[in-house]
Amino acid sequence: MGSVADERALGFGGLVSELREVFDSGRTKDMEWRQSQLRGLLRLLREKEEEIFDVLREDLGKHRGESFRDEAATPLVAFPATAFVLPEPLGVVLIFSCWNLPIGLVLEPLSGALAAGNAVVVKPSELAPSTAAFLAANLPKYLDSKAVKVVEGGPQVGEMLMEQRWDKVLYTGSGRVGRQIMAKAAKNLTPVALELGSKCPCIVDWLDSNRDSQVAVNRIIGAKWGTCAGQACIAIDYLLVEEEFAPILIEMLKSTLKRFFTKPEFMARILNKKHFQRLSDLLDDPKVASSVVHGGYFDAKTLTVEPTILLNPPLDSDIMNAEIFGPLLPIITVKKVEDSIAFLKPRPKPLAIYAFTRNEKLKNRIIQETSSGSVTFNDAIVQYGLDSIPFGGVGPSGFGQYHGKYSFEMFSHKKAVLKRSLLIEFMFRYPPWDDNDSKIGMLRHVFRFNYISLFLALLGLRR
Amino acid sequence: MATAAAEQLRESFLTGKTRPAAWREAQLRGVLRMVTEMETAICDALHADLAKPRTESYVQEVKSSCKFALKNLKKWMKPQKVSAGVLTFPSTARIAAEPLGVVLVISAWNYPFLLSVDPVIGAIAAGNAVVLKPSEIASATSTLLAELLPRFVDGSFIKVVEGGVPETTALLEQKWDKIFYTGNGKVGRIVLSLAAKHLTPVVLELGGKCPVVVDSNVDAHVAAKRIAVGKWGCNNGQACVAPDFIITTNSFAPKLVESLEKVLLKFYGKDPLQSPDLSQIVNSNHFNRLSRLMDEEMVSDKVVFGGQRDELQLKISPTLLLDVPLDSAIMKEEIFGPLLPIITADKIHESFALINSMTKPLAAYLFTKDSTLQDQFENGISAGATIINDTSIHLTNLHLPFGGVGESGMGAYHGTFSFEAFSHKKAILARCFIGETKARYPPYTPEKLKIVKGVLKGNLLAMIQAISGCARGA
Repeated sequence: MGSVADERALGFGGLVSELREVFDSGRTKDMEWRQSQLRGLLRLLREKEEEIFDVLREDLGKHRGESFRDEAATPLVAFPATAFVLPEPLGVVLIFSCWNLPIGLVLEPLSGALAAGNAVVVKPSELAPSTAAFLAANLPKYLDSKAVKVVEGGPQVGEMLMEQRWDKVLYTGSGRVGRQIMAKAAKNLTPVALELGSKCPCIVDWLDSNRDSQVAVNRIIGAKWGTCAGQACIAIDYLLVEEEFAPILIEMLKSTLKRFFTKPEFMARILNKKHFQRLSDLLDDPKVASSVVHGGYFDAKTLTVEPTILLNPPLDSDIMNAEIFGPLLPIITVKKVEDSIAFLKPRPKPLAIYAFTRNEKLKNRIIQETSSGSVTFNDAIVQYGLDSIPFGGVGPSGFGQYHGKYSFEMFSHKKAVLKRSLLIEFMFRYPPWDDNDSKIGMLRHVFRFNYISLFLALLGLRR
Repeated sequence: MATAAAEQLRESFLTGKTRPAAWREAQLRGVLRMVTEMETAICDALHADLAKPRTESYVQEVKSSCKFALKNLKKWMKPQKVSAGVLTFPSTARIAAEPLGVVLVISAWNYPFLLSVDPVIGAIAAGNAVVLKPSEIASATSTLLAELLPRFVDGSFIKVVEGGVPETTALLEQKWDKIFYTGNGKVGRIVLSLAAKHLTPVVLELGGKCPVVVDSNVDAHVAAKRIAVGKWGCNNGQACVAPDFIITTNSFAPKLVESLEKVLLKFYGKDPLQSPDLSQIVNSNHFNRLSRLMDEEMVSDKVVFGGQRDELQLKISPTLLLDVPLDSAIMKEEIFGPLLPIITADKIHESFALINSMTKPLAAYLFTKDSTLQDQFENGISAGATIINDTSIHLTNLHLPFGGVGESGMGAYHGTFSFEAFSHKKAILARCFIGETKARYPPYTPEKLKIVKGVLKGNLLAMIQAISGCARGA
């Protein structure tokens, strides 16, 4: 069969059939194959670390510290390491990644798809071209190139890929494109998972001790400007603060920003001219522009925007309605911090809600009365690296969850299996699919699955 | 009407009334009371719609579903603590289920009561407001549900909207937090494409051709009984998990056919069209469809048993066909009726290739004593469920997820899976202000990078350094 480029010209039908053949041959179901692929991914990350940093810097101006923490390390940390029973691979799956975490958003789900025994096509974002080229060159070297393919290209290529039938599609990106993907998937009854964007709010309560406030400020800065210059689905979008506390917080933010960002290269640049213009346009509205209390300098030559803080821009402005995805931080004041909850309720459910507070009652109210992909107290972004909790949105921020064992589950079908004897009329029951069950308990069951060996291997009990 | 219902339910949901366990338990007890007190009326409606025998009404299953939910509700609602790992030390992490909000359940005509109420039980247990759209084809049951539910549950949160295609389309145009659809693949695609407009997640419980592989080492009589009850004892074959066709060896086929004939005689007598234990075909549309399948030229001479029809009563007797061509309509479409083709092969392993050439079914069945074959079947055949030595019974097991894969659907329910189908599992991470790791922040230095690397790789010294803030710099 021809190259991926040839495939593109023909609409990818050949590519998918070839992968289906590979899958049907049983190659990807084999436990040893899966282990070898996962080891291949680890090797890729280890051996190609410098190159990864380079391409990320080329594409996004990311500092290597940020790159390592968010991209190279995340798959290591989120390596599936928990038990799973009753699963079977879905078959041939498609992963679309996004430009802001172009390595992480490929490798993380890829490891889950491979562990689950699927054949995979990866379509990296064309907006991070160096990273896309890197993946296209290296994934075939470190992984089984018959079962894992990289397809480069833009929206047109994405559309063509979606004309095919897949056993699962994972898309990370915007709600607009998410709708298109899902609509196309409907034609073939392809199940999808959508990881979309949102405005992630951060409630900041009065923090009595100076030390606590400084810690909060550090973490807020890290979660906004220290994460791809705010271009991340889980970056803090805006703050909700009591009006009396706002000036104090702003002063601390200003002074800490100065201490942290001593060199321009410590903050990523804006992806491209289009997004740079989009961000700049957010300040077109004079009412918004006049609410800037810090920063506001846009350098079109280097596509950088300095850390910018706004105080109470109008709630009907674009900056308060669209996901910012950039280094602009609006601060909205409320009379009492509890009013933040009423503020959030009518708004679209975000991927993450953050709150810095020691008030247990407030924490509980936030959990009970708001809805979001996740809630994190007294920090931000870090939930991304924790593989024991699912990562995903709800409502407009998407559906489907992954990370850790959830990545495995996302690309698996939980097949119910039941066995009866012809002689004796009693059932061999399959375990309840209950997360609280002891995983060892599952081994006592009568069934024998290859997956049990896999589970043991991951535990290190078997080579 | 659809817009009004959706809007009203959303307002109701936002009051937060569905959150406490007490409210949900009250609703579930209401459903249980309804099923208990109105059992006769329910069975009558099912009989009017489908001539369904009482034993097939699945009223008992609905009761069990309610009781299971009531018993486990508090456990399901309790947040689950998980390990918080070293990266975010010190911290606590948990996963809490929350309702999705306002959900739509569209049910099917073949088990119109079960497939309406069972998903609604899950939706209520998960704390949602629900609109139920029963199938208009089973009109007596639809009317009954519309009349009964408001009497037994809180009508501001649980509504029944009746109607056909226009009403269903109007409902699908609204924004829901989840859509649960049971039916066929054609409409399933429409549901999915309409859901895409609002980014609504869906569960689709669809159909397929459920194959039964019968090995020659089994007791033909036992196998025949279990196949018969799963086929004709399930709405006369009009069930998504009913055995669609059999594959067996050339040598075993005659024995199997003989056993099936004996069993059918025992179950339904010499004149099955008169048996009260045989459901009717739901309407003339489907009656004609099934007749066409039987009458196709290359198929009509393959009938070895049965084939009787009564157009007025809409009844078709259990019918066996032997070795129909694989490209006949009866082998290409989901039968959903009392016709059972038996395909023969030289070796039983040939059945695998045939099954894998078709789209993935909701269930695949195998009768054999050979444990190697059983393993090969479980590992080699993908389906919603694989059952060894029986048919259809997994439906009643509340510990098994019930759902399809590929063309047979996406998502699952029953038992805990019903609760999960209508919930969002929210991750909650709680940190405190100690354990500040300066190495996270710029200005980035090589020393900091070393520490971050060390922490992420699980290096103990690096972790200690990180937590104690020993990094030089800001």
